[in-house]
This record gives sequence, structure tokens and C-alpha cells, in this order.
Amino acid sequence: MATIKLDNIHKSFGKTKVIHGVSIDVKEGEFIVIVGPSGCGKSTLLRMVAGLETVSEGEIRIDDRRVNEAEPMDRDIAMVFQNYALYPHMSVFDNMAYGLKIARLPRAEIEDRVATAAKMLQLEPYLARKPRELSGGQRQRVAMGRAIVRKPAAFLFDEPLSNLDAKLRVQMRLEIKALQKELGITSLYVTHDQIEAMTLADRMIVMNAGRADQIGAPLEVYANPQTAFVAGFIGSPATNFLPGADLGVQAQSLAVRPEHMELAAPGKGRIDATLTFAEALGAETLLHFRLASGDVVTTRQDGTAPVPAPGSTAGLNWSEDHQILFDGNGMRLPAG
Amino acid sequence: MEKRVTFKGWLLPLILLTPQIIVSAVFFFYPAGQAVWQSLFIPDPFGLRSQFVGLGNFEYLLGDPYYRASFVTTAIFSILVTVVSMGMALWLALLADRLIKGSGVYRTLLIWPYAVAPAVAGVLWLFMFNTRVGVVSWYLGLLGYDWNHVLNGSEAMGLVVVASSWGRISYNFLFFLAGLQAIPRSVIEAAAIDGAHFWTRFRTIVFPLLSPTTFFLLVVNVVYAFFETFGVIHTITGGGPQQSTTILVYKVFSDGFVGQDLGSSAAQSVILLFVVGILTVVQFKFIERRVHY
Ligand SMILES: Nc1ncnc2c1ncn2[C@@H]1O[C@H](COP(=O)(O)OP(=O)(O)OP(=O)(O)O)[C@@H](O)[C@H]1O
Ligand SMILES: [Mg+2]
Repeated sequence: MATIKLDNIHKSFGKTKVIHGVSIDVKEGEFIVIVGPSGCGKSTLLRMVAGLETVSEGEIRIDDRRVNEAEPMDRDIAMVFQNYALYPHMSVFDNMAYGLKIARLPRAEIEDRVATAAKMLQLEPYLARKPRELSGGQRQRVAMGRAIVRKPAAFLFDEPLSNLDAKLRVQMRLEIKALQKELGITSLYVTHDQIEAMTLADRMIVMNAGRADQIGAPLEVYANPQTAFVAGFIGSPATNFLPGADLGVQAQSLAVRPEHMELAAPGKGRIDATLTFAEALGAETLLHFRLASGDVVTTRQDGTAPVPAPGSTAGLNWSEDHQILFDGNGMRLPAG
Repeated sequence: MEKRVTFKGWLLPLILLTPQIIVSAVFFFYPAGQAVWQSLFIPDPFGLRSQFVGLGNFEYLLGDPYYRASFVTTAIFSILVTVVSMGMALWLALLADRLIKGSGVYRTLLIWPYAVAPAVAGVLWLFMFNTRVGVVSWYLGLLGYDWNHVLNGSEAMGLVVVASSWGRISYNFLFFLAGLQAIPRSVIEAAAIDGAHFWTRFRTIVFPLLSPTTFFLLVVNVVYAFFETFGVIHTITGGGPQQSTTILVYKVFSDGFVGQDLGSSAAQSVILLFVVGILTVVQFKFIERRVHY
């Protein structure tokens, strides 16, 4: 268990800057999720913590020790890769035992640790198999096991679930969360899937083009996005952005979540919109509207609520408490 | 799914195969058959008639200390050429694999020696090590070492090994580099995080994952050392001094064309044919099934 401190981290590959100053204090045992769209620098940030990329500027401290210059093996971390990175020529047992053998642990201790991890991950029947004889989910578990047996100070995960099918992903997500809580090991977890981020994180870092737009607890980030990017990225279906000028507010745009939109008779709402199509998902129905300005608005209502006919016009309403204003740079404006 | 082309009749496939069959027959089966036939005779001292001796040539060869010595020479030569050319190639490939910038230039330069014909390579090395005017032997002389591969058998062997390995390094380098680059980066990184330093990673991860490539090159290089180094040996040592660089293939040439003992030479060819056969079987048995892990 350890703390991790990132202090104004920058990274350039040659002349291209990809990370522009990220800072965070990770507490002992905390589960931090780094989330953002493809190419925003999540993996690069994680790999700098692992020691697989050099830090261009800033300082990384693990357990209050500066590790910028330390080799990966001297950082007491374990990493789970997106493609699992198992050793293809070794059995599951040897894959998990590899790091322990290098650390010259006694044979009995190695067997004991691998057995415990295998039991925890339900890998006992597969210890003698090679990685190619395992399913994707089992390989994923072996990669987890390899990280667990070393009892590292921190876990680093780089999109560990993105190669699994949807159902297995939900299951493994729950298992990872349970394991992390049980072991209490500080974790950094990279994903581009905002549902993974919402469900796993104690706190999340929402990254946008090399910057940390917002750091906070998932529900806090959901309710109070600090930038238009965060408001749009977190939440599914995405937040609606309405043009501020059409609504008479001093802002570039105004964001309202689909579940906070209500339907009213035409002319009776804050703005009128035309229904383009409705998606009935059973428990809920998503209604997609088009505004006179051309913007698209989605509302979410109970599956049993009446659905207007496509092509008809309706008024849209929402409480002022639920609207968030952004300026032309996408920064949040004070309400009012 | 296997894709198969099927022909309706016999004519078209026959026409398509004919050129290959003719080439094989004229340049392979006919001379091979002739060699087998000749190996059963010995010519009289004037070369006018031959006498049938059955397996006499083979019996004589296997009892001949010179022929047996040539086997040993061939074994030493092949092992040295294989080890030197593969070892150097692997070392260079490891360096090139770590290189991010300029690896293209490095690779191109390393491929060039492969384009040099063995006989020309032999002459190049011969010039450098020439006992009177060679650059290298001159420097060795300055260091107090009297280089003379014309008289010293071990030095002659060393020189033909170096000259034969040189061009071969390029070929092996390409395969090793491709093999190294096929190993996922993340596997190496995982090993680094697991605590393995460079040499541990090489020993426990890289080398085992490279084993299909290594095995393939092993067979290919042995075949090369056995059969394709004739030009180098012919230009540098001519098999000497005192037969110390006479490998089996060279002996076929020197006994047959120089010594005019066609029966013995033919018998030697037949023995070599068996060696090739065995190597081919080994190659097919192991290399066709590439997956070793
Ligand atoms: N070795 C490198 N050399 C040059 N540029 C790189 C290198 N590695 C990454 N980049 C660039 O840095 C940026 C961030 O890459 P990174 O892999 O961190 O993105 P990511 O957020 O993990 O994306 P994804 O979700 O697709 O994995 C990208 O624009 C990428 O092109
Ligand atoms: Mg990534």
C-alpha cells in the first residue's frame, strides 16, 4: 500500500507535447480511474508512473520517494496490460511465479502465493496450461494473478477489460472492484469507458487532450462538471447542449442532462423542439428532438410514459437547478 | 480454409509442370543418376576404360583416413561458421532492435555483405590477410604476431571461417531482427516490471520466444557451410595447407577434377546426397511445425 503523488507532469515525444501538466495526490488504498477519449494521453500517463516512459517535466513520488529516475523493477508496482502480455511459452503457474522467482523467494513461499492467488481468481484447474489454451477472460485473470502475487505497493491497469465481450466485462469489473477492496492496494486504472470509470472509481481523472479537466468522485463529477468537455463525456446518453443565445442567458451554451428534461405542450416550455425519433428501451424511452437552431436534444423518460408522434412539436422544460452554463472556451460559468 | 485449384483434365497441369520436370531431370536427376552409376566403377590408369567394383569405392572411402579427416574438418568448419555467423547476427539484431532512430540505415548497411558473391568475399578477405601485402597481417606483424595462413592450418581454418561467416551475418541478422520485432513490446515490459534486467529477460523471455527462428537458421546455416562455401575455400586456401581446410564438398572437387579419380569423387557425391537428404528431413520435420510454445 502506498501513496502516489503526481506533481505537474509533462510529457513530450520529440516536439509533440502530449501531457500538459497533470497533478494528483493519490491516497493509500484509493482506486483512481483515468478516463478520457482515445489519444488523450491516458496510457502515456500510466506508463510514466510504471517507469516505461521517461517524465519530461514534473515529479512522480511513490510512498513519498521520488521515482522519476527509478527503473520499472525498482518502483514496487505491478501492471496489467490491455493485451495481457502473458509469457506465451510459460504455463499459468510460471507466468504468475516469474516475478517471485526473480526476487529469489523460497520455493514454498512461491507455491503458497500462487496457490492463494489462483484460488482467489478461480484459476486452480488451469495452472499447468499455456496462455494460448485459455479463454480471454481466463488470460485476463492470469494477468491479474501475476500482479497480485507480488504484493506490490500499487496496481496499474491499462484498459484491462477492453478485449472482453460485454457480459464478461461487467463480471470482471465487479471482480476487480471486489479484489481491490479486499487487498486494499492503491490502484490507477485507465479506461475510455465511462461506465467502468463511474462504477470502479473512488475518484476519477477526466482527461482531455493531455490535461486533467476534472478530478473528483464519480457522482460529484457527474453532477458538477467543470468543463463542457466533462459534461459531454461523462453520462450516457450524453448531456444536451443548448445555445445560450436562444434561451436569453449570458453564456455560450447551457447543459441539461436528458433525465432532467421534461415535456410540455408546444409553446409552454422554455424552448420548442421537433421529435425526430423515439427509442423505447423497455424500462425507459429516449426521445430525440431537433431544435430550430439545428441542435439535437435527447430526453429520457419512464418506459410507461406516453410517447409523442414523430414529427410533432413539443415544449422542453427543466428546473434551473439542473442547468449548467459554459463560456465560449467550454469553462463553467457561475449560475445565474 | 484451404484454397484449392482443381483442373478438369490432365493436359493443362502436365503442360504447366513440364518445364520444371525437364529442368529437374536435366540438371538434377540425370547428374545424380550419373554420380550413382560412376560411383560403382574405377577408371584404369589411362582413363580409357572403367572397371565395375560394386561398393568398392565406398568401402575404400570409409577406410580412408584422409576422407575421415575431411569429415572432422567439415564438422569443425560448419560448427564454427554457424556459431560465428549466428552469434554475431543475434548480437547485432539485439542492438538494432533497441535502436529507435536510424535503424533503417543500420539495417541497409548490414544487408550489403549478403549481396557479395562468396568467391569475391573470399578474395577480399584474402587480400586483407595476405601474408606479404595484407593490411591485417601487417598490423598483426606490428603487434609481433606472424600471420601465415599458407603454412598454419589453424590460421587457414580461422580465415575461411571468418570469410564464410561474414556475408552470412546479414542473412541471419534479417531473420533475427524480424523475430525480435515479432515479440510484443508489452511482454518485455511486463518482464521488466516483474524485476527482470536485460540479460535475465534475454535468457528467460527473448531467447525462448526466438527459438523457432534460431532453429530454422541453424539448419539453413549448416546447409550453407556444407555446400555453399566452396567459392570461399577455393579462392583462399584451395583446401590447404595439408588438407586442413578440405571440407567434404571441396574434396569431391579436388579428388574428381584435380585428382581425376572420378569413381571416388562420385561416391563422395552420393554420400553428400545422403547428408542433404537427412538435413532436409530434419528441416521438414521440425520447421514445418513452427510453433514451439
Ligand atoms: N512513442 C510515441 N511516440 C510519439 N507519440 C506517441 C508515442 N506514444 C504515444 N504517442 C502519442 O501520444 C498521444 C497519447 O497517446 P496515449 O497512448 O497515451 O493515448 P491513450 O489516451 O492511451 O489512447 P487510447 O485510449 O487509444 O489507448 C497520442 O496522440 C499518441 O499518438
Ligand atoms: Mg491507451
